[in-house]
Amino acid sequence: MVNNISRDAPRARRGVSAFFLLAVVFIFVILLSAGMGYIRIFPTQVLKIILAKVLNLPDFMKGLDKVFPYVIWEVRLPRILTAAIVGCGLSISGVVFQGILLNPLADPYTLGVSAGAAFGASIALLLEIPFLGIYAVPLFAFIGSLLTLLFVLSISSFEGRIASNNLILSGIIVATILSAGISFIKYVADEQVSVIIFWLLGSFNSRTWIDVFLTFGMVTLGGLFCLYLARDLNVMALGDKVAMSLGVHTNRTRTALLIAASFIAAVCVAVSGIIGFVGLVIPHLMRFVVGSDNRILIPTSALLGGILLLFADTVTRAVLPQEIPIGVLTAIIGGPVFCYIFRKNRRRMIHG
Amino acid sequence: MADFVFELRDLCFSFGRREVIKGLDWQVDPGHFYGIVGPNGCGKTTLLMLMMGYYAPKSGEVFFEGRDIRTLKRRFLATKMALVPQDFTINFDFSVFDVVMMGRYPYLPRFATPSRAEIVKVETVMEEMGISKMAGRSVMALSGGEKQRVVFARALAQDTSVLLLDEATSNMDIRHTLHCLDRVADRITSGKTAIGVFHDLNLAAMYCDRLVFMKEGTIVYAGETETVFNEETIALVFGVKSEIICHPLTADRQVLFYKRDVS
Repeated sequence: MVNNISRDAPRARRGVSAFFLLAVVFIFVILLSAGMGYIRIFPTQVLKIILAKVLNLPDFMKGLDKVFPYVIWEVRLPRILTAAIVGCGLSISGVVFQGILLNPLADPYTLGVSAGAAFGASIALLLEIPFLGIYAVPLFAFIGSLLTLLFVLSISSFEGRIASNNLILSGIIVATILSAGISFIKYVADEQVSVIIFWLLGSFNSRTWIDVFLTFGMVTLGGLFCLYLARDLNVMALGDKVAMSLGVHTNRTRTALLIAASFIAAVCVAVSGIIGFVGLVIPHLMRFVVGSDNRILIPTSALLGGILLLFADTVTRAVLPQEIPIGVLTAIIGGPVFCYIFRKNRRRMIHG
Repeated sequence: MADFVFELRDLCFSFGRREVIKGLDWQVDPGHFYGIVGPNGCGKTTLLMLMMGYYAPKSGEVFFEGRDIRTLKRRFLATKMALVPQDFTINFDFSVFDVVMMGRYPYLPRFATPSRAEIVKVETVMEEMGISKMAGRSVMALSGGEKQRVVFARALAQDTSVLLLDEATSNMDIRHTLHCLDRVADRITSGKTAIGVFHDLNLAAMYCDRLVFMKEGTIVYAGETETVFNEETIALVFGVKSEIICHPLTADRQVLFYKRDVS
């Protein structure tokens, strides 16, 4: 019997150590990528500038080039942090969607959140809304995705119950209708069409501290909420009946998690455009390492997602000769990676 | 009234316009193994789901230990009754240990690492069910019968006074079927109550001391197995001809059937 404890305990411990390891890497990648770009700045100098700004100690920056603080603090960090937070958010959302829909192929966009956001953003770009300034597009994207979610939820519930395959089907139907709508908008958009296409491909270019705080606040809020319900999500993998017999309010929990995860995804889409594959691939990668317990999977996936999306964004910003849209880059990298783990998973299931 | 584990009063339930349970009354005494049998679609599973509060009755009441089930908290009920479902799907690669451990969730705070005592409880059940060797394996890699044993162990780990079994051994081989039902029988001896839906009449007759025959959404015969398990009841409920025999050593009642042309 002692044998079993020793066999099971490492997994939980592995989860905790993975979390701390990822947290360290997370911070390291932020420092490293802040130093990369047209002007190269050493990570220790980056750290000095950040400490000086955060602790309000200008002495820390003595002897550094006068441009460095501006480059780090005003230009790079907002973009870097937004990218990292969006990576966290999309991954959390992905874990939760896969858990609720009992479908490892689900991602934050399964319920049409992205199509709704794209539709909203397209309208805002087409009409060139004069008020709200630069926030018109993200706001419209956000409203578009939430309205889509509510619509999908309402058409997939029967007698107060929401079955996961109904959700997936409704999501696909609604997303298809919306993409027809987007095509129509592109068709009538004339010269605005390139702006719409560019937005749809996703970008972290010229983000501000306001973006950072907004996304950080909302992703943290949504993420903590999902984490609170993580154990209930575990049980829901055994089906509704068993989950209920173990004390989980399945319908209430499912709806709450759907709304929270879609909310996170909507915030991410609103701030960055549509970035695919992060929410799909990261949870899969993490399950290999820490297993399926959502209490561990959610925080570790969040960190890995942040690290990888920031890495991708840094590659396109500072390494490639010309910036390519982040949504394209994640699809180019994430697609093949997903094919690989998909094959590996199937093989493992067939051969035990 | 509080002496009954369950008391169902004039219970009705329908899926859309299709009435599934029609004015059903039933009282369940503690310390018995009840078997629910009846033809396909007669409402057996629905009845179990109503008893655990998964479905809300259209009319009528379900009382659990004298209290209306709708007034009881889910978390409380989870410490009182456990379910082995008919269809079990496990979509993520939780280990066997993880799944059995889920039976202890109702007793543990959300983020608690299980204590030594909890782990020992889980391992005792796994030992009892003969799945200790699989503890570290992913449930997704198990066969249907093995999965069902894991799900069964999870319900036993919940350590409740009531067990609801919905075709709980349908995918197991005969050795594991008998082994699992023996474990339930042990728990009846120690004063617990089990209610099981069975398709195999012989298993029901062998393990259940009380039988409930359902037909078209209502109970048509209920009572001690020796009295209700007979040819007439089976003919009326299932519409087939049969012979009841007694096991030469144990005196358990068993049923034999006829092929189409022999009668």
